[in-house]
Parts: sequence; structure tokens; C-alpha cells
Amino acid sequence: MDAIKTVDLTKKYRDLTAVDALNLTVRQGELLSLLGVNGAGKTTTIKMLTGLTKPTSGDAFLNGKSILTDSAAVKAMIAVSPQETAVAPNLTVRENLELMAGVHGFNKDEAKDKVTELCGRFDLGEVANKKAGKLSGGWQRRLSIAMALVSGPQILFLDEPTLGLDVLARGELWDMIRSLKGKLTVILTTHYMEEAEALSDRVAIMKSGRLLLTGTPAQIKRLAGTDKFDEAFVRIVKEGQT
Amino acid sequence: MKGLAFSKRNDLEILRDPLNLGFGVGFPVVLLLLLTVIQRNIPVALFEIERLAPGIAVFGLSFMTLFSATLIAKDRGSSFLQRLYATPLTAGDFILGYLLPILPVSMAQSVICYGVAVLLGLKVTVHIVTAVLFTLPAALLFVSLGLLCGSIFTDKQVGGICGALLTNLTAWLSGIWFDLGLVGGAFQRSANLLPFVHAVEMERAVLQGDYAGVFPHIWWVAGWAAAVTAIAVFAFLRQMKRQ
Repeated sequence: MDAIKTVDLTKKYRDLTAVDALNLTVRQGELLSLLGVNGAGKTTTIKMLTGLTKPTSGDAFLNGKSILTDSAAVKAMIAVSPQETAVAPNLTVRENLELMAGVHGFNKDEAKDKVTELCGRFDLGEVANKKAGKLSGGWQRRLSIAMALVSGPQILFLDEPTLGLDVLARGELWDMIRSLKGKLTVILTTHYMEEAEALSDRVAIMKSGRLLLTGTPAQIKRLAGTDKFDEAFVRIVKEGQT
Repeated sequence: MKGLAFSKRNDLEILRDPLNLGFGVGFPVVLLLLLTVIQRNIPVALFEIERLAPGIAVFGLSFMTLFSATLIAKDRGSSFLQRLYATPLTAGDFILGYLLPILPVSMAQSVICYGVAVLLGLKVTVHIVTAVLFTLPAALLFVSLGLLCGSIFTDKQVGGICGALLTNLTAWLSGIWFDLGLVGGAFQRSANLLPFVHAVEMERAVLQGDYAGVFPHIWWVAGWAAAVTAIAVFAFLRQMKRQ
């Protein structure tokens, strides 16, 4: 079964079609990067897939569950790490993780075990008792992703996870994201082409709400006739090549 | 359980903000001390501790709007809510999670206010306990105003609207600082249509043990609280849908 399958997924805002009949398939355990210039429809697509906004028409199935008719089941299997750092600033790292465990219905012992596991897995132990608002941007993003993983999601949406981070923090976060590969399905949006190339199993490129193509970074470079991924992206988007 | 985790987080966010503690507890206490000193030097019936303490207790509640609205507006602005909207939390969990945790904080603030008033000469009676309980409708009104403002405005706008405008409205239109009858006319009529003066008069009556004097003020406060809560819930659900 595919992890995600969209069927003519469409979102219109009055005269604007933000996402236009999107047909996209993501395999289980795959890391797929959703690329496109601003206004391409990436964020709207993620909002529809995560139940934050309803499609105008079409549907999407996450592990076979419809976003339209089975949104509770969909919400139970997904997690989102939003573009901006979404942590509770006056809560400690541990309390932030416990909060996510609580809102997913974990009891006290389960929450404690999960928090201990995540702190160990993502080296958050040394900052576990620090307030999240006092952490550096890199640590906050790390916490943000760890918070998304508390519920043990089958599908994880990472929206611009390394935006605004320095090169070291970005590298550390890449390692963190790589460690997730194969264990769950990850949908990543990014404006950093090198990030998409380094992390993705496959890439989907959108323009003006439409899906231009999907393929591995190597396939996309080959198709665009260049060995540089960022050049390939620019060519494909400019030409609207499919 | 799920909603409880969210409520607990909201409580911690508010209580750990030193500005909240400074304004929420410190400012009303300073006003109480200051006006009591003034009253001792220049006796004014309005500033006698039995009349002043209920007024300050109600005025202090206006800061709950600021706390609540700031928290919600910041959560919206930082995408924190977007993260939580993708969890199994329901709309009811969010609304109760923002409303309920601030009510005990309001009660604690009233306890502190009346406690300081006792130190300044307020006679200790069982009516103080009742007066603290009777702050609840006004507390719900102010907390719901916070939910409303937090759902509509940004955190920067909230600072001006709830921090300056609302606290001033509460102060001027509640009869705490001056007898509204001295101004009279449209000013007094407008003040009487709003809940602030009724909340203060209700508190004053309860503190004196005059429970018949609670009426009709309690209807004004409860009516406004119910209406504002309904509008706030609508505004929150609307922004939730938009996000």
C-alpha cells in the first residue's frame, strides 16, 4: 500500500487555484521532497494532507485512509513539524515532549518512557531541563522534530526544517532526518536544493499548483541535461517541463 | 487527558512569564497600597478599604485578558497551534484549554488582593471567601475577552488593545476611582450598560454580606460573560478553520 496517494487533489481560493488536480504517490518509508518556488502550492498541499484545510475537490489517502472521510484516523498516523519553530518557549525541552505525549493520550509512564527515548535518540538530554525559548535555533528545530515524533507517526511532514540555520546546525539536522529514513514516510519541503538532493529518495517539483514531475535527484538532473541539481530545478521550473 | 495536557501547558506558560506575574499580581497590589496611603492622608469614602479592595480585585482581572490574548496570539503567530491542530485535540479541547487554566489564576489573584487588603485593615469575615468566589463570572468575562482578542489580533496588537485600552476602559468605567454619578449623563449611562461597574458593585455588596445587593449586577456580568464567551468561541473556531 502507498503511504500517500492523492487523487485529483485540488484547492481553490476564489479565483486562485493553489493546487490543481494533484496526483502524487509516495511509497512507504520513502523520503520525498516537495519542491517549488513560492506560490507553487507546496504548503497548501501539506495543509490538505494534514487536515488543516479541506480540498475543494479530489481526495488523498494516507495509508488507505481518506483525508475527507477518515480525518481522525489520518491525524492519528501523522505528525507535522511546521516551518517556523513551533515550541512552547516557557516550557523545558522535557515538558514540551511531555506535552506532545499528553495531547496524544499517553499515560504518565508511557510519556516518561517516550521522552527518555527521544532525548537519548536525538541528544536532547543535555538540554532537557532548559526552557525551549532559551535554546539556539538549531536546538529548537531539533526539539521541534522530536516533538513531532512523540506520537510515533507513520508519516511525518517537515516544512522547511532547516530554514535560517547556520551550516553546522543544518548538517546536524540533516543527520537527524537521515536517521529517520526507512523507518517512516517523510514529506519534506525545502528551498535548499542541496538539502533536497542530499536527503531525498525522490523529489516532486510543483509549479503554479501543478505537479511538473517526480523522480530521483539523479533522474531529474539527467532529464534536465545537467549534473547540478539546482540548475536542473531552475530549468524544469522555467520551462514548465513535464 | 488530552485536553488536560494542553491546559497544563497554558498554565505553565502564563505563570512562568515574569511580566505576567509583575502586572497580574504586583500592579493591583501596588495600587491597593498607594490608594490606601492616599486615603489615610486625604480621607475619601471611595478609597476606604472595604470599597477599594473589591474594585481592585475586579480591575486586576482585566490583566487576565492580556495574559490569555497574548498567549493565544503568540501560539497562532509561531505556528504552535498549526502543530497542535494536526494532533487528535478537538476544538473543544483548545477552547477549554485556553479558558479554564486562567480561572484558577484569576482566583489566586483575587485571594492575594483580598489578603493584602486584610493586611491594610480589611476586617476578616467569611464574606471575603464569598467575594473571591463571586469574581468567577467577571473572571470568565475577562478570560473570554482574551480568547476573542487572541483569535483576532496579533501579539503586538494585543499588547495595545488589551494592555492599554481594556485596562483603561475597566478602570474608567467601573466606578473604582471615582463615583460615576459625579460625571453622570451619557458617560454614566454607557458605563451602566457595560459589565465593569456591575462587577465592582457586585463584589462590594458581597463583601458587605449584602447578598440581595448582588442583584441585578450579577445578571449584567453573567450576561456579558455568556455573550463574550459565545463570540470568542465563534472567533476562535473561525481562525482555526482559516489556519
